[in-house]
Amino acid sequence: MKKIEAIIKPFKLDEVKDELNKVGVQGITVSEVKGFGRQKGHTELYRGAEYVVDFLPKVKMEIIVQDDIAEKVVQTIINAARTGRIGDGKIFVCSVEDVIRIRTGERGKDAI
Amino acid sequence: MIMRKYFYAVLILLALMIFNTAGVFAEEAPPAPAVLENAPVPVAPAPAAPAPPKIDTGDTAWVLTSTALVLLMTAPGLAIFYGGMVRKKNILGTVMQSFIILAIISIQWVLWGYSLAFGPDRGGIIGSLDWIGLSGVGLDPNPDYAGTIPHQAFMIFQMMFAVITPALITGAFAERMKFSTFIVFTILWATVIYDPLCHWVWAVGGWLRNLGALDFAGGTVVHISSGVSALATAIVIGKRRGYSMESMAPHNLPLTVIGASLLWFGWFGFNAGSAVSSGALATSAFVVTNTATAAAALAWPLMEWIIKGKPTVLGAASGAVAGLVAITPASGFVGPVSAIIIGAVAGILCWFAVTTIKSAFGYDDSLDAFGVHGVGGTWGAIATGLFASKAVNSAGNDGLFFGNPSLVVTQLIAVAVTWVFAFVVTFIILKVLDAIMGLRVSDEDEVLGLDLTQHGESGYNL
Repeated sequence: MKKIEAIIKPFKLDEVKDELNKVGVQGITVSEVKGFGRQKGHTELYRGAEYVVDFLPKVKMEIIVQDDIAEKVVQTIINAARTGRIGDGKIFVCSVEDVIRIRTGERGKDAI
Repeated sequence: MIMRKYFYAVLILLALMIFNTAGVFAEEAPPAPAVLENAPVPVAPAPAAPAPPKIDTGDTAWVLTSTALVLLMTAPGLAIFYGGMVRKKNILGTVMQSFIILAIISIQWVLWGYSLAFGPDRGGIIGSLDWIGLSGVGLDPNPDYAGTIPHQAFMIFQMMFAVITPALITGAFAERMKFSTFIVFTILWATVIYDPLCHWVWAVGGWLRNLGALDFAGGTVVHISSGVSALATAIVIGKRRGYSMESMAPHNLPLTVIGASLLWFGWFGFNAGSAVSSGALATSAFVVTNTATAAAALAWPLMEWIIKGKPTVLGAASGAVAGLVAITPASGFVGPVSAIIIGAVAGILCWFAVTTIKSAFGYDDSLDAFGVHGVGGTWGAIATGLFASKAVNSAGNDGLFFGNPSLVVTQLIAVAVTWVFAFVVTFIILKVLDAIMGLRVSDEDEVLGLDLTQHGESGYNL
């Protein structure tokens, strides 16, 4: 099993979610996060006072899938989230040792 | 020890109040009825005594409504206009300053403020204490000020002006003033600066009024006085910790926009109410007030758009207030097209003052009380000398553009006098208070915020 963690532009969330539904992803965890990469921050201007805002708002998605569809999920996210401009985000993939459904105690792929 | 000292001070103040009130009651004892026992029986009907001034219900209704509108300008208007612009740890401290001034000056005005400002003249400089505790300020009209409304209606309308003026200054020392010192400062400032200045400009016998200076609704009395005092305050109290090093961005601009909108709304009472009647003059003042404000609310963000690339919401709200300030002294004397020019210039001038002059000199006028009220008020007072027209108000005068250059000179004198008086006396008051009580909260309290350290509360418990 793989965990796919994607940092994307917030306005792309709905599009990515819809595309992931189509390829059979059954659950997504989403959080609003802030950070900076190559895009860096932006400046805000209040009555002439300029403030540099370092951290930009992004959305982080966490998805656990079976190994066989992991690559497909990654491709789906890339296709849906890409604008071609700086700041589109990143995807991290790592192995997951176990998954447990709390209600039933099921483990492994049954619990996904 | 310090607490005890305050306690005694409060006791003495209370004692003074009670003493004064007792005196007032004595004076209010009804005069002996003029019975006819000594009067000769009239042979022919005596010539009719001059009819007592008659109360006009329409005028009274408008002035009382305007009074409530001007109250709305201070709280919640100004309170949240300023409250949205500070950091979130200071919103309660900022809102509280406006709110508590409303309470303090309401009492000060009844006890001695109105008497000093409008009481019987003493040498053109100050009102006497004859009207202390509103003694003799009754429900019959006072034709000196407003012949068609009860004297007390005029008094309470003026009270709301006395309330908002010190509240405007709070923008300069926002986020760092000690609450106890702030209260003492407010009472002293109202008594030593506002009341005399109000007398000079508006009271019968006041020397600036006799000079012919025009100030329809408070350009000098309210806006230059508070704006210039704000500048003195910003200089004396010093910058906020971390000024120009860390972000001091406004924490809630929607609140600021609502506040600016309430100021705009309430200002119809401020300017149109200053006609102290509900007829043509009030309407004219109402129209030019809205017109100038709109022009300024466009001019300020337009400048930002041209120079910096984006029109800001804070700029639009600030521009509106700058326009309101500038049209205030002129509102009863100018026509609508003049109002557009006055407003547009105000928007540009105040934008320039706030974005360029402030950073050039480096004082921390936190919420731009000087940049908006000092600069806008000064422009408005001078503009009155340029654009005033007797065609709008026959009781006014013609300005430079209507063939009378002398009015500009008179206006400049009034502006200069107000600048010097407000700056010097505020400076002295603050220096004295700094030595006795201290102006600023401690560094630690400033970092923690006024909400927690001055009031023991948090603005947001979400």
